[in-house]
Amino acid sequence: MVEAKTDSKVPVVDKDPFDLGILADPFDFHEELREAGPVVWLEQYRLWGLGRYENVHATLNDWETFCSSAGVGISNFRKEKPWREPSILLEKDPPEHTRARSIMTKVLSPVAVRKLRSDFETAAEKIVDEVIQRGEFDAATDLAEAFPTKVFPDAVGLTAHEREYLLRYGNIAFNAFGPRNSLFEASMAEAPEVSEWIIDKCRREALSEHGFGAQIFAHADQGEITEHEAGMLVRSLLTAGLDTTVNGIGCALRSLAANPEQWQILRNNPSLVRNVFDETLRYDSPVQTFFRTTTREVEVEGVKLGEGEKVLMFLSAANRDPRRWENPHDFDIQRKATGHVAFGSGIHGCVGQMVARLEAEVLLSALLKRVKTLELTSEPTVKLNNTTRGWAHIPVSVTAA
Amino acid sequence: MPSITYVHPNGERQTVEVKSGTSVMQAAMAEGISGIVAECGGSAMCATCHVYVDPEFVEHVPDVQEIEDEMLECAASERRESSRLSCQLVVSDEMDGLVVHLPETQV
Ligand code: HEM
Ligand code: FES
Repeated sequence: MVEAKTDSKVPVVDKDPFDLGILADPFDFHEELREAGPVVWLEQYRLWGLGRYENVHATLNDWETFCSSAGVGISNFRKEKPWREPSILLEKDPPEHTRARSIMTKVLSPVAVRKLRSDFETAAEKIVDEVIQRGEFDAATDLAEAFPTKVFPDAVGLTAHEREYLLRYGNIAFNAFGPRNSLFEASMAEAPEVSEWIIDKCRREALSEHGFGAQIFAHADQGEITEHEAGMLVRSLLTAGLDTTVNGIGCALRSLAANPEQWQILRNNPSLVRNVFDETLRYDSPVQTFFRTTTREVEVEGVKLGEGEKVLMFLSAANRDPRRWENPHDFDIQRKATGHVAFGSGIHGCVGQMVARLEAEVLLSALLKRVKTLELTSEPTVKLNNTTRGWAHIPVSVTAA
Repeated sequence: MPSITYVHPNGERQTVEVKSGTSVMQAAMAEGISGIVAECGGSAMCATCHVYVDPEFVEHVPDVQEIEDEMLECAASERRESSRLSCQLVVSDEMDGLVVHLPETQV
């Protein structure tokens, strides 16, 4: 345990960032956090918190001081046994990280991802046509969930059909980064069954010959990684690649439906479609937080952090820091939104972001071509998780173009 | 503070002063220099921050690392000997005066 902070200059925040009420609507809390100071002491968990863009960005880019190998959740792997075998990508530092990362960079490169476009487009058009005929539908389940759940497992090469396991696994993994609250406990209760299914699907034999999975195993054939490591990298894809895009696309649809003038701006200028996604990720970040652990004593903005201490980075708070963004609480699809930290930054910055961007672009484009107005019919309901933010239901009505 | 000059395909030059430790991409973004997209924000994942280092400086910049090398293959404009991802090019005092040429297109 870290000693109580005796230094009276360090702002102390008593509220619990993982309180269910705060998770449901975190923005006021984030403001409090940013305004309290560049580095705050989160008394509830006795660790450090960062809410300002500059500090979050700097921390993400200093892996030598703020490492990932002690876990990127609240649990310190040096002291507690991880709930599952640690990721060889997310939960490693260089040089091991670099080895896995360079393989994933190849597998998920812009050129590799471009090849998926036409398959994605066909699937998007089919799904969108079907909902438009209904006029009213749930944009969370019928679009944001339906589309990635169809195309992403296909892109990985998953042959199994029970795809709800994937969403369940993502939910478990992202809850597991948080403290032992009710969300954590509920996820741990279903973890054994779901993990077993996932691990089974990461085997070479369970994957099609085409797809990201097979390409990862091809690197095992080259001797660059072991068979077991290849399976672990497939697991990374299945953990990080579905829940996140479901939430991201849901956040985009909700933001557009709640801001009809932005939908009209987009209709008039469809070339903004990729920027819409970046602005969404900034405005309503699907991955809210990640932790790092200090590798040495370090001073940040005049505050001394000890060695082996946990630091909680509020990506979402950084993405609305008024020091970095003008009118940060406005959803403005014309702003230059690149530079947000919703995909992280630095060596662990999301390796799957080109896939996520393509999914969002293709789905929104299919919708844009066919829909004149997109409006909420009642209040969306939020989906609770210790790390991710998303929408369980987004009731909307559309009129055809 | 070291200075960097960006040369646009039409020959126009823009020179900026940057703090050591900043990447050539970040400096361009901060100054609003067009011609660098940097969609991924510097995670070496998008190849839209491609630049050509001026021949005079090729010797003075650190070597291309494995991941950057991989990503340069994905750049939209032709890859040359002098090609770099500007997000991976971190400015040091020794690089003062660096000149980089912007490619025709990034996407
Ligand atoms: C909107 C959707 C997505 C969001 C918001 C998101 C967010 C993130 C963030 C914040 C990180 C950084 C973690 C850290 O710094 O500790 C990350 C890493 C990662 N993401 Fe994503 N992600 C998304 C989609 C995807 C997709 C589609 C894939 C797979 C195709 C993916 C695979 C990964 C992997 C494997 C890592 C670990 C990279 C490393 O540690 O080097 N993500 N993601
Ligand atoms: S900013 Fe994306 S590769 Fe450099």
